[in-house]
Amino acid sequence: MFKAFLIKYAEIAIKGKNRYIFEDALVDQIRHVLKEVDGEFRVVKERGRIYVYAESEFDYDETVEALKRVFGIFGICPTVVLKDQGYEALSKEVVSYVKNMYGDREMTFKMDVRRVKKSYPMTSMEMNAELGGDILDACPNMKVDVHEPDVLIHVELRDKIYLYSEVIPGPGGMPVGTNGKAMLLLSGGIDSPVAGYMIAKRGVKIDAVYFHAPPYTSERAKQKVVDLAKLVAKYSGPIHLHVVNFTDIQLYIYEKCPHEELTIIMRRYMMKIAEAFAKQDGCLGLITGESIGQVASQTMHSLAATNEVCTMPVFRPVIGFDKQEIVDVALKINTYETSILPFEDCCTIFVAKHPVTKPNLKVIKRSEENLQEKIDEMMAEAIETAETIVCE
Amino acid sequence: MEAYLDNSATTRCFEAVKDIVVKTMTEDYGNPSAMHQKGVEAENYVKEAVARIARTLKVQEKEIYFTSGGTESDNWALAGTAYAHCRQGKHIITTVFEHAAVSAPLAALEEQGYEITKIPVDKNGKFSMEKLEKAIRPDTILVSTMYVNNEIGAVLPIEAIGRLVHEKNPKTIYHVDAIQGYGKYRIYPKRMGIDLLSVSSHKIHGPKGVGFLYVNEKVKLQPMILGGGQQKGMRSGTDNVPGIAGMGLAAEMIYEGLEEKVAAIRENKLYLAKRLSELENVVINGPKPEEAAPHILNVSFLGVRSEVLLHTLEEKGIYVSAGSACSSHKRAGSATMAAIGASKEQQESAIRFSLSEFTEKEELDYAVEEIQKVLPVLRRFSRH
Repeated sequence: MFKAFLIKYAEIAIKGKNRYIFEDALVDQIRHVLKEVDGEFRVVKERGRIYVYAESEFDYDETVEALKRVFGIFGICPTVVLKDQGYEALSKEVVSYVKNMYGDREMTFKMDVRRVKKSYPMTSMEMNAELGGDILDACPNMKVDVHEPDVLIHVELRDKIYLYSEVIPGPGGMPVGTNGKAMLLLSGGIDSPVAGYMIAKRGVKIDAVYFHAPPYTSERAKQKVVDLAKLVAKYSGPIHLHVVNFTDIQLYIYEKCPHEELTIIMRRYMMKIAEAFAKQDGCLGLITGESIGQVASQTMHSLAATNEVCTMPVFRPVIGFDKQEIVDVALKINTYETSILPFEDCCTIFVAKHPVTKPNLKVIKRSEENLQEKIDEMMAEAIETAETIVCE
Repeated sequence: MEAYLDNSATTRCFEAVKDIVVKTMTEDYGNPSAMHQKGVEAENYVKEAVARIARTLKVQEKEIYFTSGGTESDNWALAGTAYAHCRQGKHIITTVFEHAAVSAPLAALEEQGYEITKIPVDKNGKFSMEKLEKAIRPDTILVSTMYVNNEIGAVLPIEAIGRLVHEKNPKTIYHVDAIQGYGKYRIYPKRMGIDLLSVSSHKIHGPKGVGFLYVNEKVKLQPMILGGGQQKGMRSGTDNVPGIAGMGLAAEMIYEGLEEKVAAIRENKLYLAKRLSELENVVINGPKPEEAAPHILNVSFLGVRSEVLLHTLEEKGIYVSAGSACSSHKRAGSATMAAIGASKEQQESAIRFSLSEFTEKEELDYAVEEIQKVLPVLRRFSRH
């Protein structure tokens, strides 16, 4: 029945003179996600609207699922497109549409006819009354309620006639690519993919860094991170994942610094390396999945100590979330199952029994002096030898 | 160089086996149940496989049933016996260190009201015959033991168990999980008192996804997979002709000159054991290497976590298996290691080496040399 989708967007409609940038990005992103769907589609901008037309047989459910992953979409309206063959024909179509969609349910409705093509012989008001009357005659369980209808039946009279009543909620946010780029520190855990998703939702393009520590972390742990990046990429578009071999640095810190400071110092170097990649890729900020107090390295003191090495802003979108709130998002975006696969990641294996929870920056910096001899060289090598995987 | 020392996990297919698998997939691909010539051709492969397998066990051809592998054979043997004999009793005896393909279905039966008695083993994996004798009751319907323990290579006295079980209670059925034993020992069910025997193909250089269950003709077993009535209605489903043909050939090949091949595998293993025990802080887990199965050696490199050593060796092309997989979040230790009373330190650092007839001495030398090189480095960075 449906041959088209009307795409509603909320926030981007208010962006003034930049509006076309947002709309074009939205169209691009819609085209991108539809590539994977069975069927041929045409995506067009028409007078402040975006339409997705199916040009062939297509899989309806898959199409809707794909559109639900496009940031910037507020609502997806499955639309019937009709040729103008006079009022009688239209009335029949509208009635049969209503019966198809709602059967004999008891419900209230309101007509919303818009006559964009002013040459149409009836006015909007006349059409509302006539079509509403025809529906009432055909469907005895339907009543009109103009204030709080259960369903609003839209008929738009343009070159063709567009008929829709259902609005499937989209993810909201802004089209990816309209707000610059940021570098995500992606571990194999639950939090960092959620953090990436949340920032991407605000229109930010994402690249990522993963710290691999063979043989302390396995090939499977790395594969898991690649899989997570691919899941986030379903929303954010392709992610360039930099896999950094962190083993030597980790062992060097382990040898030269007090064990209870290991995690903090390690994270400081991770941030530095991530920032180096961020600069390389033209990113304007870093993203982490940290949440205050969740673990020893995420207390306020630890966060401050880690943050101190960064010159770029560090975005922590789940900072105020409880674990369960993060899990809820992870479930929604389908990363949870992958995140909980039981492989070591490099943070867990070297954890001291009692890591510092209130690191003193002076003390940490003094410990880091023990690394002076080789650390710069090692960081340069880690960056140099990193493997970049395009996840999409 | 590559050293594949994980043959208890799976083995490389024999070349000739690969050829017959390919042939039955691309040329003689008929359905054995079909009435036409193509079906008859395919059926001949199945018949030949049955004959080959039956010969290795000296049993009747009609006593062999094909399954999807060792796990299905074990599941069917246990549940099929339990359901068919539930009026006679609900007591089942097993050991503490069975593979999950036996212990998990038994746990499920326990939830359904069956009573499970687990016979302990000592630190060498030696099975207590006295305790078994005391455990057998008039309502014991089934005794299930493995032939060779998959982790430490302990070998159970199958013949003695078979004799004891049938003396104490002639109605009790004896099931042997021979997944690590078939192809290493000559197994004659009739002589050894085995009523049911589970075997997997890919442990004997055959293809994956296929196995068989030997069922003594006198044993009543309830079918678990129902459908088109293949295999006399005991196990429905279109015969996996490539798998069955491949397994049949692999069975025949593995038993050709078995004694010499096994002696060579054992010699290799003893060599590996000797070289590894010369290293510092190394403990051999389970039975003495000369008493264990010819192909399995379980060693703890104290102070080095299994998975770290495993991944280090993997980078050098050396493939082994971790005695017990555990992460810092979950400690899912192995039942076998706990059963033989291995210390926490031993459990966390256990590595299983498993050999095959393809294993070369050079591979073992290479593995030992690499281990020798990495141990001091890994021990420097152990967790405190």
